[in-house]
Amino acid sequence: MIVAGAFGDAFRFIADNPGFLATKALDQVELSAAALAIALALALPLGIVLGHLHRGSSIAIGSSIVGRALPSLVLIGVFLTFLGIGFVNNMVALAVLGTGPVLTNSYEAVDGVERDVVEAARGMGMTHLQILRRVELPLALPLLFTGIRVAAVTIVATAPVASVAGGGGLGDIIVNQASYRLSGVLAASLCVMALSTAVFVGLAGLQAAVTPRGLRRTTVARTPLRKEQL
Amino acid sequence: MSSAAEIVFDRVTKRYPGRDEAAVDDLSLEIPAGAFCVLVGPSGGGKTTALKMVNRLIPFDSGEIRIDGRDIRTLPLTELRRGIGYVIQQVGLFPHMTVGDNVATVPRLLRWSKRRTSERVIELLELVGLEAADAKRYPSQLSGGQRQRVGLARALAADPPLLLMDEPFGALDPITRHRLQTELRRLHRDVGKTVIFVTHDIDEAIQMGDRIAILREGGVLAQYATPDALLADPVDDFVAQFIGGDRALRRLALRTLDELPLRPGESGPRVAPETTVRNAVSLLLELKADALTVADGDRVLGSFRLADASELL
Amino acid sequence: MDGNGPVIPNFGQGDACVTGDHTFCWGWVRDHWSDTLGPALWQHVELTAVAVGIGFAIAFPLALLAHRFRKLEQPLGAFSALLYTIPSIALFQLLVPFTGITWTTVEIALVAYTLVILFPNVVAGLRSAPPDVVEAAEGMGLTRLQVLLRIELPLALPAIVAGLRIAVVSTISIGTIAAFLLPKGLGYPIFVALGNPIPFKTEIYAAGGLAVGLALLCDAGLVVLRWALAPWTRLARA
Repeated sequence: MIVAGAFGDAFRFIADNPGFLATKALDQVELSAAALAIALALALPLGIVLGHLHRGSSIAIGSSIVGRALPSLVLIGVFLTFLGIGFVNNMVALAVLGTGPVLTNSYEAVDGVERDVVEAARGMGMTHLQILRRVELPLALPLLFTGIRVAAVTIVATAPVASVAGGGGLGDIIVNQASYRLSGVLAASLCVMALSTAVFVGLAGLQAAVTPRGLRRTTVARTPLRKEQL
Repeated sequence: MSSAAEIVFDRVTKRYPGRDEAAVDDLSLEIPAGAFCVLVGPSGGGKTTALKMVNRLIPFDSGEIRIDGRDIRTLPLTELRRGIGYVIQQVGLFPHMTVGDNVATVPRLLRWSKRRTSERVIELLELVGLEAADAKRYPSQLSGGQRQRVGLARALAADPPLLLMDEPFGALDPITRHRLQTELRRLHRDVGKTVIFVTHDIDEAIQMGDRIAILREGGVLAQYATPDALLADPVDDFVAQFIGGDRALRRLALRTLDELPLRPGESGPRVAPETTVRNAVSLLLELKADALTVADGDRVLGSFRLADASELL
Repeated sequence: MDGNGPVIPNFGQGDACVTGDHTFCWGWVRDHWSDTLGPALWQHVELTAVAVGIGFAIAFPLALLAHRFRKLEQPLGAFSALLYTIPSIALFQLLVPFTGITWTTVEIALVAYTLVILFPNVVAGLRSAPPDVVEAAEGMGLTRLQVLLRIELPLALPAIVAGLRIAVVSTISIGTIAAFLLPKGLGYPIFVALGNPIPFKTEIYAAGGLAVGLALLCDAGLVVLRWALAPWTRLARA
């Protein structure tokens, strides 16, 4: 079987070059982590503040549409013309890519906290900061975290594309079939897949762990009850 | 207008799986053609279940339900349902259709001609107190009361001999509810259909029904009687407690002065013949009068005294 | 990968704008529309249309099945969530042993992604009919098929269009990655420009702009479509 043979070779490549693949994977993780950190530092506070003020919904929603419409390759290419080849360019491009989901989700998470609950908190004499810290953020946490998870997976999954702009990482192997042959390309692809799946699953576990007890399994209650049922 | 249908529940029982108590337990009920029958009771009394068994939204385990003598299980399901008007609390208007299209649903299913359908839509909208121009609007543009009017028009569209209403006014504000209750009574007098009406509100039941079936927990029929008989003679403590106090006064509210044998002659302030006896009593007390004169315009029909009220009880 | 072709500007021979790699050279765009940008755009449209078309043709009946037999939704949903985490650049390569370095490989990957987006959206749409509306319809004597065709499907339209919007825009975006496998689509001019010793700005901006513009245009088109097909959603609550 040609297919089985190709994947057999790929696994042999992994077995023969564990150190090399691990170094490349680590490069990719480093790039992704830096990009995610920037995206979070920018988008998280902005989304939370806008959501708390219930302002700027068009920015939050618009950023999700535009964010999705911006192909990673285009972003990397465009930033490269400003920032030159290398780590900085790729980090910035990936950070921009991660900003959309974080901004949109954090805005909607905080904006969507039930008004009655916030009203009650205000009535009890809480300040803005107290409302945000004790009421809105805990309630918004699940959706907030979803945004972070989407951003993280998007960034890790896109990082290999950065190889076209000197990104390092596993993408270097994928775009260089001449040197590594199909077995190397497939091996790197498998590693890329494993890496992003690990991030996806790991963050899902983390999300379950940080979700406040009272909010678990409440997907049904999120749909607004009819007035007459109250 | 087509004639009304007679409905008979004959020892009908329904049990939901996994529950010990029956939802409806051996229910027998005869609803004569043209009656306005209210099923009332606390939650868990099986009144909604009993209603939905009639159009077979809920199947029953044993017994028989007959419409004009025909077992409903012998009729094809869609044919049965198209012949029964159905109104629910949440109205269930189709949000993607205009008011006119909503009302025209069953006539179209029955393949009425375009012209007949659109004439019927306009006729119905006017019947329920809406305007022909409302036909072009969408449900989301209507108020709660208007939506329920459309729901009623939709249920009446194919002129069904039977109307099932499941707490139709439960979600409305008191003023709108009262207005629609009054209009539904008038509508019932005018179109003369059999109505089965579910509510948990005994006052609504007494106001609307000419027959009331009180169901208790476990789906057992506690009493089936006219409002007057129910107030006069509740069969047991459960019914008495469910109906509540002021029974004598509430009975008086069911009668109007023109239904009474009045004393001859004129005596005291004048009131209209359609005044309820309860209001007449209230007036007598308020005005510290001995008697009221019942007059239709200038024509004096007779007079009424406090003692006449106690005669009625 | 093939690095020579008509798309590589010859720095020695182009006009001053091109040889100097100025910010944006309209002249180059005009000269290379017919041999580079035009075909790439057309390929990209074709790539997207086929992927979304086939994806929808598979997702729609699957969603109807999941709507009818609710047990199917969980496994299908979990499978698709996992599939979506596979990076496109890896998925393209991993399919090569099966279908080679071909157009088919690219389409299979893109169809898989659209499926993952469309399936849950259509299912959610079919479920969005409020229970009281369905009960009223059944109570009025509509058959199961009539409830599906006249009530549930029309009410699912907004969710279906929302799914299509995400699917189309995502496919256009992911489609640029196809250039890592095949010299096709709007990703390829960018890929080539980046391969120059000095990345050629005009080509990156032109192809990138076309990709983003195509995505936004399709998105806007679908918004208009929804507006036309679902007039009841335009109204504010009274």
